[in-house]
Amino acid sequence: MKSSQNALVNAQMGLVLILIAILLMLFCLSLATGSVSIPLQDVVTVLQGQSPQKASWSAIILQFRLPKAITAMLAGSALAVSGLQMQTLFQNPLAGPYVLGVSSGASLGVALAVLATTVMGAQRIALTGSGTTIIAALLGAAGVMGCVVIAANYVKNSVTLLVIGLLFGYLTSAVVNLLLYFSVPEQIQTYLIWTFGSFATVTQRQLPLFLGLVLTGLAIAFSQSKSLNLLLLGETQARTLGLTLSRVRLLMIGNVSLLAGTVTAFCGPIAFLGIAVPHLGRSLLRSTDHRRLMPVVVLLGAILALIADLVSQLPGRQTILPLNSITALIGTPIVVWIIVRRQSHR
Amino acid sequence: MLLQTHHLSGGYQNHPVISDLFLSLKPGEWLSLVGANGSGKSTLLKLLGNVLSPQQGVVRLDGVAIHTQSAQAVAQKMAFLPQQQTIPGGLTVQQLVSLGRSPHQPWWQWELNAEDQHSVDLAITQVRLTSLRHRWVEDLSGGERQRAFLALALAQNPKILLLDEPTTFLDVRYQLELLELLKALNHDRGLSIITVLHEINLAARYSDRICMIKAGEIAAMGTPEAVLTQSNLAHTFGIQTLITKTAVGLMVYAIASCPSELDHHGAPR
Repeated sequence: MKSSQNALVNAQMGLVLILIAILLMLFCLSLATGSVSIPLQDVVTVLQGQSPQKASWSAIILQFRLPKAITAMLAGSALAVSGLQMQTLFQNPLAGPYVLGVSSGASLGVALAVLATTVMGAQRIALTGSGTTIIAALLGAAGVMGCVVIAANYVKNSVTLLVIGLLFGYLTSAVVNLLLYFSVPEQIQTYLIWTFGSFATVTQRQLPLFLGLVLTGLAIAFSQSKSLNLLLLGETQARTLGLTLSRVRLLMIGNVSLLAGTVTAFCGPIAFLGIAVPHLGRSLLRSTDHRRLMPVVVLLGAILALIADLVSQLPGRQTILPLNSITALIGTPIVVWIIVRRQSHR
Repeated sequence: MLLQTHHLSGGYQNHPVISDLFLSLKPGEWLSLVGANGSGKSTLLKLLGNVLSPQQGVVRLDGVAIHTQSAQAVAQKMAFLPQQQTIPGGLTVQQLVSLGRSPHQPWWQWELNAEDQHSVDLAITQVRLTSLRHRWVEDLSGGERQRAFLALALAQNPKILLLDEPTTFLDVRYQLELLELLKALNHDRGLSIITVLHEINLAARYSDRICMIKAGEIAAMGTPEAVLTQSNLAHTFGIQTLITKTAVGLMVYAIASCPSELDHHGAPR
């Protein structure tokens, strides 16, 4: 009987090692591919701080592709871990990082910024990644989450809180639509492009801030693994096992706001990863023990984000497809296949 | 007193279910709460277990008001097994039972130490799930799940165990096995127990005292012999009964459900 337990632990360790290997491979591939193809050998050379065959490759990798690949991995991990926290906290498989209105709040912030430029006759604001957009999105996400956190103090039932979050989302979406109705076509286009999402918007200068915010959120999520395990038993049982529910709930909602709000502000509202990756993680790991699941979800989020980014940039071409469409188009069949396969094997 | 209530009232939102109730539990005692559906037994158990906050009055655990103690401090002394459990997917029996050690672990301790492992092993052995310890909880039968959740509560090493209808999903044999196990823990470890039981005969057989609840108030409390009288049963349940004394305790037979034919003392009108 002990051997079956050891076999399970070994299989889980093996899965983590395989995922790390895949992630490293994709990371190198994302540095090598794009409108200009760079041999993998030269990618490694540049990463080692040496000169590649062509001097321009060094600049392409270090100034553009490396920040983008790191952004993709961080964003994918952040959204996946946010989704995992939300699904466990609300005991709802459809919960994701955006259900509490983070995305809608950020969208409202950006839409307000877009309209403000129209009203004030200011120069058209830059696309995703501009300081104005990031601040507007962060303020919008924080504003809506502030309302949800206040509601959380009064509403004891998590499902009711989930519904309140969704309603806040609808409310902000309605305001966004009204704002867009009164905007000029150029501003609507600016806003729409922001909603497509992109990992290429975080500059080298912004990367340390993005990295710091996401790593802080991930560290908080890891520290809550045991609390998440208790929440698997439902709120009543979790409380009788010593969990201070109100404190944990606020901490997790705040952390999801930090992670999802940061990603939305810097990269736009990226759908799918937050809901799908936790399911994929549980299916592959065959466990819901968050101490083991959390690292797997972090790695899977990073992997799927890198794959989506690789495909969206159509290697060898100048065109870049909307990231949001690619995450769902590629991810959905893979995730459905793995989940169905696992379910039928159990 | 290990657990005591003083002027306890409580319920849901503005609807009080329990009103002005005094109750106490001595160390090593087994108290059963019985009463008709909707009488407030489960609500009382939730109030005692700190799952619900009192609207008035106080619950004292080890002489200290329970609401002034942290959830972790309460969980170190008292375990609660709700009537319906959320069955977690993707957890083995061992992983489930290990969660019972959470109240005794600092937040940075992720793995079981030797003492935790001993408590988990002992709890799994006590409920006789050793051979199933690496099985998924979701794959267990109803009875096995109930025993797994009991092991989770036992792994907490509590002084008091609160159980809301623990025999609901069990067949007759497992009902007896579970209650015999609880009796052994009650005798050998001095574990104090409060159970909500629908089966009056089981309550009579295993409890030191019975608290009969009607409409959120105590209708009768004392030894099974003192509480399970025709008059009390008629008053609380609205049934006519025949009560006999057997080798294993009192046996109550419900003869008829005819409250209109009885006065509130259970005597024919």
